[in-house]
Amino acid sequence: MSVRRLDPNQPASFAFTAENAEWARKQIAKYPQGKQASAVIPLLWRAQEQHDGWLPEPAIRHVAEMLGMDYIRALEVATFYTMFNLSPVGEHFVQLCGTTPCWLRGADELKEVCRRHIGPEGKVSADGKFSWMEVECLGACVNAPMVQINADFFEDLDAASLEGVLNNLREGKAVKPGPQNERHASEPAGGLTSLTSVGEPQTGGGN
Amino acid sequence: MPKLIVDGIEVEVENGATLLQACEEAGAEIPRFCYHERLSIAGNCRMCLVEVEKSPKPVASCAMPAADGMVVHTKTEQVKRAREGVMEFLLINHPLDCPICDQGGECDLQDQSMAYGVDGSRFHENKRAVEEKYMGPLVKTVMTRCIHCTRCIRFSQEVAGVPELGAIGRGEDMEITTYLEHALTSELSANVVDLCPVGALTFRPFAYTARPWELKKTESIDVMDAVGSNIRVDARGAEVMRILPRLNDDVNEEWISDKTRFVWDGLKTQRLDTPYVRENGRLRAATWDEAFAAIAERLKGVDGKRIAAIAGDLACAESMKALKDLYTSLGSPNIDCRQDGAKLDASHRGAYLFNSTIAGIDEADAILLVGTDPRKEAPIVNARILKRARAGGLKVGVVGPRADLTYEYDYIGAGPQSLKDLGSFGDVLKNASRPMIVVGQGALMRHDGAAVLAEALALAKSVGALLDEWNGFNVLHTAAARVAGLDLGLVPGEGGRDVEGILAGASNGEIEIVHLLGADEFDMNRLGKAFVIYQGTHGDAGAHRADVILPGAAYTEKNATWVNTEGRVQFGRRAIFAPGSAREDWTILRALSGVLGKPLPYDDLAAIRAAMVADAPHFAAGDAVEPVAGMPLLPAGELDAAPFETPVRDFYMTNPIARASAVMAECSAGRAAAARIQAAE
Repeated sequence: MSVRRLDPNQPASFAFTAENAEWARKQIAKYPQGKQASAVIPLLWRAQEQHDGWLPEPAIRHVAEMLGMDYIRALEVATFYTMFNLSPVGEHFVQLCGTTPCWLRGADELKEVCRRHIGPEGKVSADGKFSWMEVECLGACVNAPMVQINADFFEDLDAASLEGVLNNLREGKAVKPGPQNERHASEPAGGLTSLTSVGEPQTGGGN
Repeated sequence: MPKLIVDGIEVEVENGATLLQACEEAGAEIPRFCYHERLSIAGNCRMCLVEVEKSPKPVASCAMPAADGMVVHTKTEQVKRAREGVMEFLLINHPLDCPICDQGGECDLQDQSMAYGVDGSRFHENKRAVEEKYMGPLVKTVMTRCIHCTRCIRFSQEVAGVPELGAIGRGEDMEITTYLEHALTSELSANVVDLCPVGALTFRPFAYTARPWELKKTESIDVMDAVGSNIRVDARGAEVMRILPRLNDDVNEEWISDKTRFVWDGLKTQRLDTPYVRENGRLRAATWDEAFAAIAERLKGVDGKRIAAIAGDLACAESMKALKDLYTSLGSPNIDCRQDGAKLDASHRGAYLFNSTIAGIDEADAILLVGTDPRKEAPIVNARILKRARAGGLKVGVVGPRADLTYEYDYIGAGPQSLKDLGSFGDVLKNASRPMIVVGQGALMRHDGAAVLAEALALAKSVGALLDEWNGFNVLHTAAARVAGLDLGLVPGEGGRDVEGILAGASNGEIEIVHLLGADEFDMNRLGKAFVIYQGTHGDAGAHRADVILPGAAYTEKNATWVNTEGRVQFGRRAIFAPGSAREDWTILRALSGVLGKPLPYDDLAAIRAAMVADAPHFAAGDAVEPVAGMPLLPAGELDAAPFETPVRDFYMTNPIARASAVMAECSAGRAAAARIQAAE
C-alpha cells in the first residue's frame, strides 16, 4: 500500500442519478435517527460505481452532505478503504492478487503480463480500456493465481490465459469468468482423488 | 467505588475511573501520549501499559476501567520492557531532528524517551516522510514528526466543536490533515499545538524564535475578552515571545483563544513609547513634564462639568480607580467606563455579572442566549457550553444573531420582542432545574438596552432562575475592563453624562476636555473641538485624535487587577517593562494629579489596592467569585423591535493591541476571504 491521494483532475460536481438517489434514501433509512453516517460506505461505493469506477472529491462531499457528516469524516473513510479508487481506472479494472499463495503460484508472471499489455501499475492504458493494480488476498487462494476484473474473478491463470482474457476484453469479445483451466470450481486439478467410487458404506469407528 | 492496589498502595477511586487515574491516585507516574484528561479516550499510543495480576499481557491503563480487587504493578521489569517496545515502535519513523524542532525542550516524546528510549534503532529501512499540511496562519506542521496520537482530531471535534481535522489513509500512511488543507476555522484552533505531544504541530508565528528554556515565564491574566483566561507570558529580554494557557478549571480549563495566544506581536508595533503634545495641528514628541504642563494649562479654570473621562476596554482596575478619583477631585461627574454605550446598571452587582459562573455552565440544563454570539465574544465560554451540550441533556435557545455556535440550539427570534414570547422554550426554562439566561452586550448597547436588561431580569425571575443556591442571570461582557469599572463606580455621578452624553457634549462644545483611558472604540469625529487627552498603549483611533498623548503600559507590562465577567478578581503580573518612557497607567494619573495640585492619596500599589478594597471589598479576594445576595428588579421600559447584533463583528480585531498585530490581521483577512468564497457559492 502507498499513500493514497485525491486525483489532481477532479470533475466540477457530482450528483447521484435519480435512481441512485432513491436507492441511497433507502439505505439511509435502514439506520436509526442520528446514525445516518453508518450508510457512508454503501453510498460511497454506489457513487464510485456511478462514476466509472472511481471516487471523485465532489462525490465524497456529496455523500457527506447527504449523511450530515463533516467532509473530513467522509474523506477519512474514502482514503482508508483501498476499494475506493481515488483516481480514474480503466474500463476493465484489473486487481491482481500478489499475496503469498498467488505469488507462489506465479503472480509475478501475471504482473509482467499486465505491465506489457496495460502499462505501469495504477496508470490507465492509452486506449482507456485497462488499468491494473496489485491487491492483497482476494480470498481465492485455492484457485491461485487469480485476478479480479471489475466484478469477476479470473482464476487458475498463467501468462497465456491472462493474456487471452485481456485480449478478448480489449476486442470486446465475451470472456468466461472463473477458472481459466479445465477446473469448474475448486475441485482437485487432476480429477477426483477421493470419493471416486460408490461402495459399501464404511462402518464407523469405535466399538 | 472500586478499591485496588497499585504498587502495594491501596487506593479507592470513583466509579468509572480508569486504571491510569487510579495509578495517578496512588502516586505512580504513567507515561502517555494519546491520553488527555479533557478529551475522549483513544487508547492508541500504548505508552501507558501497566501490569495487572492475572492478566496475560500488559494492559493499556488509559482505556481500562479500574475494577475492584485489581493488583497493578507499574514499575516492574515487564512494564519497563513493554514501554520500551512501544517507544521503539514510535521512534521507527520519528525523525531525529530535535535540534531544529520547535518542540525541543518541552516535548513529551523527548522527555519520555529519556526514560524508555533505547540508544539505537534496530530498523534499517528508511524513515517515512510526510508532506507538510497547510493549517492556516497559526499552526505550522511538520507532519513527519506525527505519532498519530489523534489528540488534535479529538480536540477539534470535542472541545472546539469544529470537526475539521481528520486522519486520512491508514497504517503507516495515516496522515493528519484538514479537508483539502483548508485553514483551521475555530477560534480555539491553536490549542491543538499545546496538545500535540511532539513537534508535528507548532506555533507558526513563534517558529524558530526562541527555546523554551531561554524564556522568563510570568503567570498573568488575559484581557482580550472578559473571560480573564489564565495565561503564562513567556518573555525574553524586553520582548514577549509567546503566550500560553495556564490551568484554571473555574475559568478557562486549559484552553485559550487564538486571539489571546497570538496577540503578542501587537504588543511590539504601533506602540506609544513617549508622550506627545499637539502643536500647530501636529503631534510632537514631548517629555512627561511638557505633556503634564499642557494638560494643566488647558484644565486651568475649566468647570468640572465641562470635563469628562472615558475608560476603555483594556484598562486595569488600578488605572480606573485613579481615573475616577482624579476626575472626581476635579469636580467632574462625567465619567463612564461603558464606551460601547451598553446600558449596564452599576447599582447592583448581580445585574452585570455572569452570576452562574463559567464553571456553573457544567450544571446548567437550559441556556437562553440573548443578543450574544458567545463563539466570537468569549470562545472559552462557548467551549464550556459545548462541553455541557456534549454531556447531554442541555437545551439551548437563542434570541439574537443566528450564528454557528458549534452546538444545536432552538432559534427563537431576532429581537427583544421574542423575550416576551419564548414559545415552547419558555416551558423548557421553567422546567429546568438549573436554567441560565445569558445577556450579551449586543442586547444592551442599544437605546432600549436598559429595558432589555430589565426584561431579561424579569424573565429570569419568572422562570425560576433566581434561586438561593443558583443564580441563573448572567451578563456576558466583551471587555476585560468592564466589570472592574462598574465595581469601582466608573459611571456618571450626580448630574453626570454617560458616554453618549459626553460625545454629544463634545460635539456641541459643552464638554471641553475629554480624557480617554485607552478608549478607541467609538467615532472620534464626535469629539468635536474638545481637548483630548489620550492615555493608552497603541497609536489607534484615540491617539490619532489626541491633543496630548500619555503612553501607558499594556497588560503584560504591569502588575494589575482584572475582574472578569463572573466578577472574579484576578491579578496580572508584569512580564516585561513598558517600552520607552511609557509608564504604568495609575502612576501616570497619580503624577498628573500632583501637577494639577490635587494629589491622589496613594503612592504605591499596595496603597491603591487598599483604596480599591475600601470601595469594593471583594477586591481583597484573589481568584474567587463572591456570590451576590438578592437580585434587583429594574423598571421595565419600551422595547424596540430591531434585531440584536453581536458587538464583535471581527473576532480578530476587537481592540488596539489586536489591530496592531500582523498575525491577527492575517487571520482576519483569511477569514474574510473564506467568507467571500462561501458567499459566492
